[in-house]
Amino acid sequence: MRIRAERPAASVDKPLSPADEAMLDGLQRAAFDYFVQHGSRSNGLVADTSRPGSHASIAVVGFALSAYPVGVERGWMTRAEALQRSLAVLRFFRDSDQSGTPESTGHKGFYFHFLHMDSGQRAWRCEVSLIDTALLLAGMLTAAAYFTAATGEEAELRALADTLYQRVDWCWAQPAGAAVVHGWKPGSGFLNYGWEGYSEALLLYALGLGSPTHALNDASFPAWTGTYQWENLYGIDFLYAGPLFIHQFSHAWIDFRGIRDCFMREKRCDYFENSRRATYVQREYAIRNPRRFVGYDEDGWGLSAGDGPSAPRQRVAGRRQSFFGYAARGVPYGPDDGTISGPSVLSSLVFAPELVLPALRRMLARGAAPDDGVVRASGYNDTVRVGTPVGRAAQGKRAAGWVSEGSFGLDQGMIVLMVENFRSGLLWRLLRGSVPIRAGLHRAGFRGGWLAEHAPR
Amino acid sequence: MTTPIQTPSPAARKHGRLVVRPRQRAAPTLATPHAEDGHAPDNRDPYDLLIIGAGPAGLAAARGAAAAGARVALIESHHIGGNCLHEGCIPSKTIIRSAQLLAEMRNAPNYGVETPDEVKVDFAALMARMRRVRDRILRVDSPARLRAEGIELHSGRARFVSADAVDVDGIRLRFKKALIATGSRPLLPDIEGLAAAGFLTNETVFELTRLPPSLLVIGGGPLGCELAQAFARIGSRTLICHSEPLFLPKEERDAAQMVSDALARDGVEIHLNCKVVAVRLEGGRKHVTMVTDGDPSTTFVDEILTGIGRLPAVQGLDLEKAGVAYDVETGIRVDDFLRTRNPRIFAAGDVCLEHAFTNTAEASARIVVRNALYRGRQRMSGLTVPWCTYTDPQVAHVGLYVRQARAQGIPIKTYTVPMHDVVRAITDGEEEGFVKIHVREGTDRILGATIVGRCAGEMINNISLAMVAGLGLCRLAQVIHAYPTQGEGVRQAAQACALSLAPRVPMTSKENP
Repeated sequence: MRIRAERPAASVDKPLSPADEAMLDGLQRAAFDYFVQHGSRSNGLVADTSRPGSHASIAVVGFALSAYPVGVERGWMTRAEALQRSLAVLRFFRDSDQSGTPESTGHKGFYFHFLHMDSGQRAWRCEVSLIDTALLLAGMLTAAAYFTAATGEEAELRALADTLYQRVDWCWAQPAGAAVVHGWKPGSGFLNYGWEGYSEALLLYALGLGSPTHALNDASFPAWTGTYQWENLYGIDFLYAGPLFIHQFSHAWIDFRGIRDCFMREKRCDYFENSRRATYVQREYAIRNPRRFVGYDEDGWGLSAGDGPSAPRQRVAGRRQSFFGYAARGVPYGPDDGTISGPSVLSSLVFAPELVLPALRRMLARGAAPDDGVVRASGYNDTVRVGTPVGRAAQGKRAAGWVSEGSFGLDQGMIVLMVENFRSGLLWRLLRGSVPIRAGLHRAGFRGGWLAEHAPR
Repeated sequence: MTTPIQTPSPAARKHGRLVVRPRQRAAPTLATPHAEDGHAPDNRDPYDLLIIGAGPAGLAAARGAAAAGARVALIESHHIGGNCLHEGCIPSKTIIRSAQLLAEMRNAPNYGVETPDEVKVDFAALMARMRRVRDRILRVDSPARLRAEGIELHSGRARFVSADAVDVDGIRLRFKKALIATGSRPLLPDIEGLAAAGFLTNETVFELTRLPPSLLVIGGGPLGCELAQAFARIGSRTLICHSEPLFLPKEERDAAQMVSDALARDGVEIHLNCKVVAVRLEGGRKHVTMVTDGDPSTTFVDEILTGIGRLPAVQGLDLEKAGVAYDVETGIRVDDFLRTRNPRIFAAGDVCLEHAFTNTAEASARIVVRNALYRGRQRMSGLTVPWCTYTDPQVAHVGLYVRQARAQGIPIKTYTVPMHDVVRAITDGEEEGFVKIHVREGTDRILGATIVGRCAGEMINNISLAMVAGLGLCRLAQVIHAYPTQGEGVRQAAQACALSLAPRVPMTSKENP
């Protein structure tokens, strides 16, 4: 297969059928409801998952802040409620403990990955997370870009977002010079990981480089892109990364269509087009289905980070197959245990609707009755059979495949944002006007497209 | 006795005048010194080439120089053959072969082959086989055979006493040119209580007489990964602790991840980003404390294998007296011609090179012979050196890594073929792995390659050959490979490159009326 770099995105070229419109609307609305149901009205924090006792995830808060404007525009939430929820969480972070002690909320403007829903203190022994802070900040900047009315509360929200963004000490996260670390823990210090290879850190770098106060240095972005791998896989040229979410997260906020950094200029591609190709690579892998899992084919694909079965090893196609629970699954090298991530398929909608819509229809038709829970569940696995069909109606039927319980905030956030970008481009439009985003992209070397129309101040 | 004029070798004729004095090839007489009897030689005349260390580099240089008619002294303080033969590649590969067989037997039902319920391991027999193999290979480098090739052997420790002489246990040997090929020694981690508790290194692990019920391997470099997998397959509860986020830090991350996955499949308990901070004996076993990202944990094991990193062996040579510069961590400082700061003295192998491989040691030794004796100008940087980590799947590499090319500003593109797209890998049930061949963007000039697969070490040679011969990747696409072989993966990557670079076919009149 040869996919040309010049091929335009198919996102809105062809009008959707009413049935597909209704399907997307239903999925997006259901995903949006996650934030209504699992967000705290007092401090604005949002649970990581719908499972009982879940702690808050700062990244999910970022998605919530970005989803509220969508809800307002779609008529699912009043502007006043969206504003109140957004203000509550921004005020919480403003007042939070930034001492970096084990019971605090953050350090140097960054935040611990997971927080107690009620107190907002660090949960478990988790790390101060750079990427999750970046996702949170993207949400704050989205809220600031949306609530632009000249009212006291909306002005307060914009000022809060500005303050919280500007107090992040990005330089601190470069202890070795150019490379940006993954995180930090009280007591043991910086984690021994760096950002190597293309990843969702594209958003992190844009935000870190755009800071007017403690920006990442000029060497940071080239140091990171120096680890990129441009590969021809299954006949498709693309910037390689295995899991789908890597090709999606930054695109929830930044419109990468037509803007190129130095690397993409060299490859005559852009990150949006690259994500489209990555979607094709995913499908090619599923068609090959080297590990012979049930349900993989041209409409059954989508390996990404997410929940999966933690079942004991069992025989699959003659070999002993392990199952990995929550893991970052990817192609072509795995890990792969037969688990498909419905949200990651849906989040590819903007890139390759011609692949995603048939795959969604297939997922919805899975089982006896249409079930959008499979699409929005963190993962499902038809190789692992759970339960035993009982009763007369079950005769001749196989046990059902495994489906992740409940839902995860990250997945629901990506569904809301990426479906919205497909339907209206709202998030992209909002963030095109964001000064930090524009400045960060410019400092990273992005040129052309809409950036040319919005020169940094 | 008259000394016949010796005919220069073809190599000498081709590459220039040999600058050593013609001499008779020495027969293995009592007058010839050798490692066993330490017989004092007549050392009034300087040697054309004096070599310290009889490992792969020293042996290759000694043979090359002696074959060219040079008077060669080879000094060894331990045993001939070096680390690779005694404590490295050779013993580890024989054990890996046994372990691979065990893994295959356990996996046999997947291939429709019934095996006994329990596959038993006779560890003593396994180790006996290893020693037999080692002894067999050792015979190639026996003192008698070396003497027969005209090499004068000296047993003892060499110390430089001046810029052109060494002392070997009280005997002064002078040289026109010298080669330091002392190799490397295990790098032992500084861990509280480790010395008191006792540990194995690559020098002692092959002397085990019983299979340890449990084994902790400290360090996830090539040998650590190989042995961790082998011992896990043989039946030890095996843990591996590595301070970095991925094993094999020099390899690309997909390859390193595959090794990690393979080790996990074989039951190795993996501790990445983890440091062993303390060991103590408790009830005859070793109580180990590890720290991962600040979180401590403890375990008991029967044996600890460490020292699988290497340090150049530069101690005790009195290098200062010869004017040879060195660093205790990076070894003897040499230029691209492998010459030290003393122009009479060269170095080769682990003692001066970043890559501590047998093939690199031998290749560097051949360069030294050329540059020292023929006034050659052969550069170390001109070598194309493939290497392989013999885990299952193997990880083989040659040339540049992507990150190295990008750091040099070279636009690079990788043609990737997963092994699950290679027919023979599918028939063999060996689909884990890939072929990645890197070319300069827009061309078919091969910059490097990484192969992960059951036969990766064999497959990489094809690409090395192409690189040395200056063949472009498209040319490899034209080479008909035996079918079906796993080596076809290389051709498939080459085919993808050829397709990518092929000019578009003009539309026919039928398509374009």
